Amino acid sequence: MEPLLSVRNLSVTFDVRKPGSWPWTPPRKLYAVSEVSFDIQPGECLGIVGESGSGKSTIARAIVGTIPSSGGNIMFEGHDLANMDTRERRVHRRDVQMIFQDPLAALNPRMTVGEIIAEPLITHEPNTSRKEVKKRVGALMERVGLLPNLINRYPHEFSGGQCQRIGIARALILKPKLLICDEPVSALDVSVQAQVINLLMELQRDMGLSMIFIAHDLSVVKHISHRTLVLYLGRVMETADSHKLTTLPEHPYSQALIASVPIPDPVLERARPRPILEGELPSPLAPPSGCVFRTRCPKAQASCAEARPMLEDIGGNHLVACPFHEAEHVLAVGA
Amino acid sequence: MSLLEIEDLMVTFTTADGDVHAVNGLSLNIDKGETLAIVGESGSGKSQTAFAVMGLLAKNGRASGVARFDGKDLLSMSQREFNKIRSKDMAMIFQDPMTSLNPYLRVSEQMAEVLTLHKGISKKDAITESVRMLDAVRIPDARARVTMYPHEFSGGMRQRIMIAMSLLCQPRLLIADEPTTALDVTVQAQIMQLLGDIRKDFGTAVILITHDLGVVAGFCDRTLVMYGGQVMEEGTTDDIFAGPSHPYTSGLLKAVPRLDKDEGELITIAGEPPDMSHLPPGCPFSPRCPVRPDQCHAQRPALEIVDDRRRSCHLPMQEVT
Repeated sequence: MEPLLSVRNLSVTFDVRKPGSWPWTPPRKLYAVSEVSFDIQPGECLGIVGESGSGKSTIARAIVGTIPSSGGNIMFEGHDLANMDTRERRVHRRDVQMIFQDPLAALNPRMTVGEIIAEPLITHEPNTSRKEVKKRVGALMERVGLLPNLINRYPHEFSGGQCQRIGIARALILKPKLLICDEPVSALDVSVQAQVINLLMELQRDMGLSMIFIAHDLSVVKHISHRTLVLYLGRVMETADSHKLTTLPEHPYSQALIASVPIPDPVLERARPRPILEGELPSPLAPPSGCVFRTRCPKAQASCAEARPMLEDIGGNHLVACPFHEAEHVLAVGA
Repeated sequence: MSLLEIEDLMVTFTTADGDVHAVNGLSLNIDKGETLAIVGESGSGKSQTAFAVMGLLAKNGRASGVARFDGKDLLSMSQREFNKIRSKDMAMIFQDPMTSLNPYLRVSEQMAEVLTLHKGISKKDAITESVRMLDAVRIPDARARVTMYPHEFSGGMRQRIMIAMSLLCQPRLLIADEPTTALDVTVQAQIMQLLGDIRKDFGTAVILITHDLGVVAGFCDRTLVMYGGQVMEEGTTDDIFAGPSHPYTSGLLKAVPRLDKDEGELITIAGEPPDMSHLPPGCPFSPRCPVRPDQCHAQRPALEIVDDRRRSCHLPMQEVT
């Protein structure tokens, strides 16, 4: 089957100027994303996890086309995003939609809910009759769990969870093929978070959507996505089936990440081995040579500084970028 | 005598849209060296409880009831008296370490101020002591970095500075209001380990305010669950997680996806967190409660003591699943 989205060696760099530097001094390069590759099949949900500054949102923005990539290709249904003409690009924008972290900030405060949800439809299908628009908006509001009689209200009259539902409705009105969710539940309360997760999973199943789910909460990502990609300083460390990745991670970074996720069970939690990752993310302006994780890696050796480890397929579509990888039960008690 | 005793605490804010009752009759006790978690969603009144205890309520807020720290009444205290015990005997760390550090002052200034004020030592000694404390919270190269400004540190480092600052006078009570919510999980693990070490080394009692049940499970002796400004239940962390006696607690525990389990659909709590200016007359959780016997709407359940816990629910304990 041909993948819906195929990302190959995607790199995104930003030019950063030192304040007060001369206009002719060349800017420094910030490596936000380096040589990231992955595929998304129709109907698949890919989770992307990583600490802040690991490049999760940058990947999302590059796929939507709001920031230019500086290397590699993004192929959507066989078309390269970089070589699209205006018409293709318009279709691409319909097919790929996004929902954001801060639900209230993502909605225009001066538009009613009805106008917000209808806007993409009116932009892309200007010939739709007003009656038809209203019908579709109403139906969709009901689908995402909003009462259709709230159509003339403004965003500030809604709670965070409801605003996120409005954002989801706006993203789905054009029946996109790929939905990118950038931290959609991290700003929500626990009880509301579960409602939105269930809604997204249900919509994904029913509409056959492909999804990219970005979050820093590994428990949520594991719950919602089929495959998970672990990102560190803009590079892929490991990618595998979500269940396999959380139970038997191979890369030292994935292992450390999973070990630091607290589990709401006092008995398990106290008995857990806790190899805590020391230090912080290095600066993306000067990433370490070789393996970017080596400065914090418990298994680092001299050779790690020389060559950057390639992603290696260890079977079952499980890719790891570490020559010293070793499966480990991080969650198991007393292991 | 408990270190901190709160009885029937009420916190009310006067706003243009009428009174908002943030805390409605909260009682709790914390002993020396103990760790208590206050768990609840936004708007449950957990932070306002802490602010009332620390004398940090906003101008339109007022607190009534009883709050005693080491026998001293906190609610009738003037700001002058508060200044004598704040950060000396009880200290607080906040969620957002950027907005709670003064951006105009070097870290050394802000930290030394605490010591010169409370201990009356010279500034030079105060800075030496500050460096020692920054070392204790594992800030690398503390001697050189103490003269830097807060914006020059990362989020995790700023939180460490906050913790170091709160510990300068070795307070007996530390209130940590969502200390790791803004941080990455790996940094969260570092900070929680640090708080655990500090608690062991200094014997500080800690109130941890959070919505993250995972953090509570690993850190706290006792857990208090709040909703709508009231105690839903309280008990040892082990008991509460093993067998919640309130539908809200059990709902919260089921609503979080767990890394170590493959659950199908998450069991959710219907509805939205309550509007604090229009609380129902009965149990605040009754509009969202999945069980909901009729009397809950009209009558507020009393706080009953069963074995080692306190709970506030009309349902018999055995019927909560």
